[in-house]
Amino acid sequence: MDALDRAIINNLQGGFPICDEPYRAVASLLGTTEDELLRRLDALLENGTLSRFGPMYHAERLGGGLTLAAMQIPPQDFERVVAIVNAFPEVAHNYAREHALNMWFVLATETPQRIDQVIAAIERDTGYTVHNMPKREEFFVGLRFEA
Amino acid sequence: MTPRPATALHPESAEPRLDAMDRQIIVATQSGLPRVARPYHAIATQVGIAVEDVMHRLQRMLEIGIIRRIGAVPNHYALGYQANGMSVWDVPDERVRELGEKIGALDSVSHCYQRPRHLPAWPYNLFAMVHGRDRDEVETKVRAIADLLGSADRGHTVLYSTRILKKTGLRISG
Repeated sequence: MDALDRAIINNLQGGFPICDEPYRAVASLLGTTEDELLRRLDALLENGTLSRFGPMYHAERLGGGLTLAAMQIPPQDFERVVAIVNAFPEVAHNYAREHALNMWFVLATETPQRIDQVIAAIERDTGYTVHNMPKREEFFVGLRFEA
Repeated sequence: MTPRPATALHPESAEPRLDAMDRQIIVATQSGLPRVARPYHAIATQVGIAVEDVMHRLQRMLEIGIIRRIGAVPNHYALGYQANGMSVWDVPDERVRELGEKIGALDSVSHCYQRPRHLPAWPYNLFAMVHGRDRDEVETKVRAIADLLGSADRGHTVLYSTRILKKTGLRISG
């Protein structure tokens, strides 16, 4: 990763223009060419430095349901429960974490009402309580990573 | 009721309406923007409307917050941020908004949310994701948050992820 890659990552985490030739506009701000910028973006995406490039949508405002949920699973039963929970297509991310509540997953559903149904189904299928922790409020963050 | 800070977002507030074409544009762009000289023209061709209409709809979705931002999403692991701690805090409910604003403003925090407690198992009502190159760096940043909170910090802990069990993108089907 050289100075231009870093400039791309540090300057393009938001504010990409909506105009006829946006890459050309950004390239001239970064002191490079449109072709070079496109080539660098392709490479950064391909090697995994960037996970995506484009609009970031606000999931809840698209009308669906979104929540964070946590479960406390005895270690000897963990893998069985992982298999059951992950089989739900509504489970988008699932992480093992170091805590008594040792499984944390994000549920994303087509409608807000569906969240409660999926939680009830997971409790029924696993036999364990699901702690639903939907966000009550989101506080503004810059969300910037320095490269 | 006290006035809400201007920078707080309210997911429960009125949902701006999207029509079928907005949804087509979302489906066409949710995995990324075409990397061609005229990306909005490419989207217009794909969904079958004029490019001006595509740009207008994207601009509107940005203004009403359906689109958070347009740009690059770095993979923080790839940038060397290997340690990712979910710091969780028990703060007085009546101060959570004021304190959430302060913590969200820190460079070290990438997400900051108020969530419900689940007593007795879970006393924490404020979540802040903290990223660092290693756990020491995360712990240093967590201490800075504790200093900022002072006596409002009635207890906190940091949960590190030990394994990714599943990771698929959030997707809408249009």
